[in-house]
Order: sequence, then structure tokens, then C-alpha cells
Amino acid sequence: MDSEQDKMKIKKIENGVVIDHIPKGKGLAVLSILGIGEGFHATVSMVMNTPSTTMGLKDIIKIEERALEEKEINKIALIAPAATVNFVHEFQIVKKRKISVPDAFEDVIRCPNPKCISNKEGRPLLKVERKSPLHVRCAYCERAYSSEELLELSSFVA
Amino acid sequence: MADYWAGRDILSTRDVPREAIEQIWHKAKKYDDAVTHKKSYDKHSGKVLASLFFEPSTRTQFSFQTAMQRLGGSIIAFSDADTTSVSKGETVYDTIRMVESCADVIVIRHSLEGAARLAADAASIPVINGGDGANQHPTQALLDTYTMFQKKGKLDGLTISMIGDLKNGRTIHSLCYALANFDCTIEMWSPPQLKLPQIILNDISEKVKVVELESLDLSNSDVVYATRIQKERFDDPEEAERYSYVIDAESVRKMKDDAIIMHPFPRVDEIATEVDSLPQAAYFAQEANGIPVRMAILDSVLG
Repeated sequence: MDSEQDKMKIKKIENGVVIDHIPKGKGLAVLSILGIGEGFHATVSMVMNTPSTTMGLKDIIKIEERALEEKEINKIALIAPAATVNFVHEFQIVKKRKISVPDAFEDVIRCPNPKCISNKEGRPLLKVERKSPLHVRCAYCERAYSSEELLELSSFVA
Repeated sequence: MADYWAGRDILSTRDVPREAIEQIWHKAKKYDDAVTHKKSYDKHSGKVLASLFFEPSTRTQFSFQTAMQRLGGSIIAFSDADTTSVSKGETVYDTIRMVESCADVIVIRHSLEGAARLAADAASIPVINGGDGANQHPTQALLDTYTMFQKKGKLDGLTISMIGDLKNGRTIHSLCYALANFDCTIEMWSPPQLKLPQIILNDISEKVKVVELESLDLSNSDVVYATRIQKERFDDPEEAERYSYVIDAESVRKMKDDAIIMHPFPRVDEIATEVDSLPQAAYFAQEANGIPVRMAILDSVLG
């Protein structure tokens, strides 16, 4: 269990979602994959490198007054396949959801191959070939990538 | 196995099973006389092939068009996308949606990788990949393996040496995946910057024995598959010179007596013309096999 003191680094939220067990340093990438940036109006808090009994250090994100759709949750699998998403209502966790790696990432992240047609027309479609460690293959140009390569070489679909 | 290819797209050799490759060989054998006796068949009269070459091609384009005509079908075609609405910015998707109403089968070549798969998404009729960038050229792999089968009687037990540019050659990529279905050994020799992409090496190494040659020693080869090394792939012209190679009569003498030499063409100077008349030269037969193999392909997908 994480200590009460750690939990209190950010106050409890009344309504929204808490994304827990994000690998340390990957919190910003999770915000990015969810499209949370300048134009996002709800309150978002993030703790980076907080101690975790199972992970050593981890990141946590809290998004207030906003639910996450299934499609959005599955996007997180690309960065944090072991993350959990807690849905909070009136300060209580009403639902816990473990991330599950989808069969494909459609319209989430671009194929890093600049000569792939999915970067010119159509929609990026990366099929999951192996879930752990995560490996994907572009449905169009057939190039295969580990999740690390994908995150290093590519960008998310806005 | 029922006809694996009936109604299917042919986009890649990556997931094609051995039986499907052998089906094409056995059907192609029946169409060999389309080359030897210029024989035509009235099998697909009234059917139309749309031949869409967004990139230049000689062999693939001609052999597909000949194959369709030898089967009794007809062709609509362009070989210069600048003469079509593509020059006005039309997408591949929209082009295919228009073409599918005119034809029964499409063959497409495009410089972008995955273009044939996108075309297959757009079309309700079979789409055949005639080459997509550096990715795949599956019908070339089918005619290459057919040539090996025709000349050697089998692929199991063969040592196949691929030499030259293994990185950028889509024929090599498709052939590697096709050969991974057989109990053969693939030897590879290339300049360090033109090695087979690691992704493909990982994929095929699970299924087939791959040996990287340190020098261009072809004494163990049953099949030598030579490809062109393009000088523009090198930053330093001197380095390009260092890795250039020529198979001449002297190098053929060091090979097994019954080895065969193949090349997807065009060749520049990788194979000396003095080799053309030697019994080991299989590359002109390989080219000619484009017709019966593509007849077999069209016949299969049209059902």
C-alpha cells in the first residue's frame, strides 16, 4: 500500500478519474496520448516519481470532472500497460479498471515510417502482435515496432 | 486445400502458407505453353483487369497485361499517374473506388508502402500488389519460387544465396517470407549499409536457417539470387565501388555445376553478359515465368 502521506500530495478529487501505476516518467506521455494539453479545460494534477511498493517509483494522474471512454483507456496501454484507472464519484472510487492491451491501435499513433501510405491518407492502424512486451505492426506497410521504438520515433494523432 | 486464392487480395507473402504457394506453381505449370507456344485460353472472357501503375514498370506491367489477355480477358490501364486525376490530387482511395466499378481485378504499383493494402480496403474486388515502395512484391516472389521449383524440382534442402541490396529490394523482402515456408537455408551477403532489415530477419529467423556470409563465397549455393547495388545508396562513391560485384564466367566455375543464377532485373553490371549463355543462367527463364505465374494468379483470384 502506498502511504497516506503520499496520497495526500495531491488532494482527493470529488468526481473524475485517477490513472494510477503509470511507469515513472511516463505521465506526460499519458497526458499527451489522451490529448490533454492547452485546450483542455478540466483540472488535471500529476505526481511524478512517487514511491510505489510494487513499482519502485510511479506517476499518477488525476483528471477532475471528466470520464474516460473505453477507446481512450485502451490508448494508455501503449505507454502504461499495467496502469489502473479509478473512476471517482463524490470522493469514492466507484469503479476500478485495469488497462487491457487492445488488438489494435487505430487512429492513436502514426506509423513512424515516413513512406507509409497511412501518413498520407487513411488512418493509422497498428495491430498488436505481442502484448507483453508490447509489439505492434503497421497494417499497411507491415513494419513492426516495440512500444519504445514507436514512442521514440512517432507522434500521436491529434 | 480448396483454392486458397479465390477472391483474395494478394498483398504480401508474409502470412501466405506453403500450400498456397504450391497451388500457384501447379497451376502455372499448366500455363507454361502461353510462353512456349504463345497459347491463349478463353477462360476469363469478358473479365477486365485494371492495371494501375503509379510508378514505372516494364516486366510486371507487361506480364500482367499479357497474362490477362492470354486468359481471354481485357485490360484498362495507366502507367503514368500524371495523365490521371491523381495529378489533380486525387487520393489512392478515391481512384480505387472509381476503378472498381470498371474492373473485376486490380493490380497496383505505388511508391508508398502499404498502398496496395489501402487499395484493398477501398475495393470490393481482388487487389494484387504489383510492388509498394520498399515493402513487398508478392507476385515476384511467387514467380521466383516457381522458377526454383521448375529448375531444381523442390525447394526443401536448397541453399539460396541472396546477394546485393537486401535492404531496399522489395523482391528480396517478399522472397524471404515466401522461402520461410520451406526447409531451406538462406545465405545473405550485402554491404553493411544494405543488410536485410532487422524486422524481416527477426520474422524469418524463427522459421528458416539464415546464414550471413562474411565474403562473397557462392560455393555452397544451389540458387544465387543477385540484386543490383545502386550507387546512389552510398554517401561515398568509393565505398560503392568497394562493394560492387560482378558474376562472370570465372565466378560461375567456382559454383556447383548445377547451381542456378537468378536476378529480378533490371541488371546493370552485376552479371556479365558472358554468363547469359551458360546453363546456370536462369534469369531469362525467370522473367518469362512472369506470364504463366501471373496467369495462375489471375485465374485463381477470379475463381
